[in-house]
Amino acid sequence: MNHLCLTLDSLDFTQTMNTPLPQQSLKHQTARLNLAATLRTFLPATSVLATKEDMQPYECDGLSAYRRLPGLVVLPETIEQVQRILKLCSEQDVPVVARGAGTGLSGGALPLTEGVLLALGKFNRILEIDPLNRTATVQPGVRNLAISEAAAVHNLYYAPDPSSQIACSIGGNVAENAGGVHCLKYGLTVHNVIGLTFITMDGERITVGGKGLDSPGYDLLAIMTGSEGMLGVIVEIIVKLLPKPERAQVMLAIFDDIEKAGDAVSVVISHGFVPAGLEMMDNLAIRAAEDYAKVGYPVEAAAILLCELDGTNEEVSEGIAQVRELLLKQGATEVRTAKDDQERLRMWAGRKAAFPAVGRLSPDYYCMDGTIPRKHLARVLKKISDLSRAHGLAVANVFHAGDGNLHPLILYDASKPGELEKTEELGGKILEFCVAVGGTITGEHGVGMEKINQMCVQFTKEELAQFHALKAAFDPKGLLNPGKAVPTLSRCAEFGRMHVHSGKLVHPDLERF
Amino acid sequence: MPVTLDRDISKQLAEAVKAAAMARTPLAITGGGTKRFYTGMAQGERLDVTGHRGITTYEPTELVVTARTGTLLTEIEAALAEKGQMLGFEPPHFGPSATLGGTIACGFSGPRRPYAGSARDFVLGATIINGKGEVLRFGGQVMKNVAGFDVSRLMVGALGTLGVLLDISLKVLPKPAREITLSFELPSAKAIATMNAWAGTPLPISGACHVGDTLYIRLSGTALGVRAAHTRLGGEPVGKGDQFWRELREHERSFFQDSATLWRLSVPPAIAPMPLPGKWFIDWGGAQRWLKSDSPAAEIHRAAEAAGGYARPFTDALPTQVFSAPSGSVLARLHRQIKQSFDPAGVLNTAVRQ
Repeated sequence: MNHLCLTLDSLDFTQTMNTPLPQQSLKHQTARLNLAATLRTFLPATSVLATKEDMQPYECDGLSAYRRLPGLVVLPETIEQVQRILKLCSEQDVPVVARGAGTGLSGGALPLTEGVLLALGKFNRILEIDPLNRTATVQPGVRNLAISEAAAVHNLYYAPDPSSQIACSIGGNVAENAGGVHCLKYGLTVHNVIGLTFITMDGERITVGGKGLDSPGYDLLAIMTGSEGMLGVIVEIIVKLLPKPERAQVMLAIFDDIEKAGDAVSVVISHGFVPAGLEMMDNLAIRAAEDYAKVGYPVEAAAILLCELDGTNEEVSEGIAQVRELLLKQGATEVRTAKDDQERLRMWAGRKAAFPAVGRLSPDYYCMDGTIPRKHLARVLKKISDLSRAHGLAVANVFHAGDGNLHPLILYDASKPGELEKTEELGGKILEFCVAVGGTITGEHGVGMEKINQMCVQFTKEELAQFHALKAAFDPKGLLNPGKAVPTLSRCAEFGRMHVHSGKLVHPDLERF
Repeated sequence: MPVTLDRDISKQLAEAVKAAAMARTPLAITGGGTKRFYTGMAQGERLDVTGHRGITTYEPTELVVTARTGTLLTEIEAALAEKGQMLGFEPPHFGPSATLGGTIACGFSGPRRPYAGSARDFVLGATIINGKGEVLRFGGQVMKNVAGFDVSRLMVGALGTLGVLLDISLKVLPKPAREITLSFELPSAKAIATMNAWAGTPLPISGACHVGDTLYIRLSGTALGVRAAHTRLGGEPVGKGDQFWRELREHERSFFQDSATLWRLSVPPAIAPMPLPGKWFIDWGGAQRWLKSDSPAAEIHRAAEAAGGYARPFTDALPTQVFSAPSGSVLARLHRQIKQSFDPAGVLNTAVRQ
């Protein structure tokens, strides 16, 4: 797969913070090497990387179309080291970008040329599993799936399961408030984290929460989760562990019409079921997944719904029978029920491999991440189909039907001149339509640098100013991950986005999109 | 029968805040007054939010309800019940005039909290007036929304010090088809161990508490599921289980009538019974422990911290500093800066203890 590398030097990052960007000291070689030397007085030499070859693996995250070498890469191993690094950078006005496993899809860990890339990969220990209080105390570099693997011996697990869970880090999950297939029933990362230790840009250590269910004062756990590395560097996390369900069973429902599938989802929910997983795929996504994973998906279907129920044996049996009937009544042409755990995993394997499967269809693909009220699904899919035709780019759709989080996957070829720009334009229009129908521009991947323009569409200038003020309360100098997530007003003005707020279009009669 | 009119008075409220900010006049945000025993009365000019009321959208198939903050909690719960749905965090009212705004500003959750989620967990979005008089909307009506900072959830439990709540979008849950309550005669140490052992298994538990010598468990789910769990656990079925949990939630059980000071301890659930003199009502499977005690406050705070949690008097009768971080600490400074970022003139409920 080819990647188009954009030159980002021209992008002016003074447009992303209200406070003027600090001295770009690391742009100068001497400053860079001096800082490296100072860092090496308290870090092993191998923990400070300064050459192009050494730093290259850190030049991008999962949004690989955007790459940039940092000034330095620093790999601390202890909390005290993180404190010293941040304090030093603060004193020298050097911006810092934190990085977990680098699997993020919005460019949140994209380095700054004049900054330090703080890689937390060495923080990879599970410090404690407490089966009686049902908690896991972990370092931020621990892989998401590793937590469940460690808890399995107690019949416990960590619920949020982003599709990248085999590789993504829990610290990154907290920074992005990651979701996953099971979050309708089990919540996002924010619903599953009960303690956090983070370091401020001044190098001070703050611990909030613990093994109890709340702590006094403001809900700093909520504000830190999803803060995209902009408020503090997370160094320790306490997560909730849940009992493994006695049984989980999945059904695959086949529909000849996408609208029927969308309506079926609403009917299941309104009958009081909270499925553990409820996923939809459109025809293009189904065909790609089947071609890749060969799990027996119906390649002629307009849409399929994967519905998983979990709980006690009795609850699941009762539930499966009732939901099956509902789906058939709603027009499913067939409902297959997995007869054992192996078949259940096989049914999910196609959906979980959707992204790499779609990736085989074309040299490149761009994964979008918007959330919409479920009732507007058919309308949004129709709009996407119209936009796809207008832009001459195919789009496959994967939908977390349970919570309205939509992943349109735009297929393109970066080697064709202008194609990436066309793709981004199409993506931007899709996200704006999500906002127009009352949704949001990002359900789980974060804003990063990718959707920063769309933030101008989703929020008013007063709201953006409030975000900046809150950010300044944590990081007055604006050195933590500047240029990400929250745009300045001048940037919004420059890109001239029309404001579409809360599903209310200005001049709704005019054809805009 | 009094007619309650749905009204949007956000403009008037925003103007009042703007004026107060310019004149630096402190404001005391008031709702139904049902939590005043806890917050005390803020100093300043009254800003009455109760006129801002009405359910603006309710979509059972989307599992979302949005309402203005002056709406009575009873009204919201009745609307949900009609569609077989409920608020998963089972909030206490502490009085018939409880509003949605006060409920969220205080962030209290009932017995279902450890199993379904807290007040904050169910907030999807909020419209607020910040201390500058600006009307701002954060979050939305969808559960998965990670655009910008999680300001709507930051409002939960903030006691009105960061913004006047105007409307809140909440995720709702279907009401369980069946609920039963079982009791077991057990001393507190054994009860705590049992509640936590059971919470680590796939049982449909939605409430677990201990008082006196009795452990009470609430099972919620499908009829067959609940019956099977009952068979597995045994125990004595408790008649009028609904009433029991409601009385616990509302502090109407006889335990709460005792004249000693009521303390709330939030600790890791599996912590053994704590060495503090007094009477205990252990809720949330061990994580929320009510204590009736006249022991010195310092002793209670110390014991709670030693257990890995914290304590708070559940009444403003005691002049104890509630926010336990030492005033010079980094955490206290961060709190002040966050407060200032929302309310630079310091007019919103500023005399309320945090």
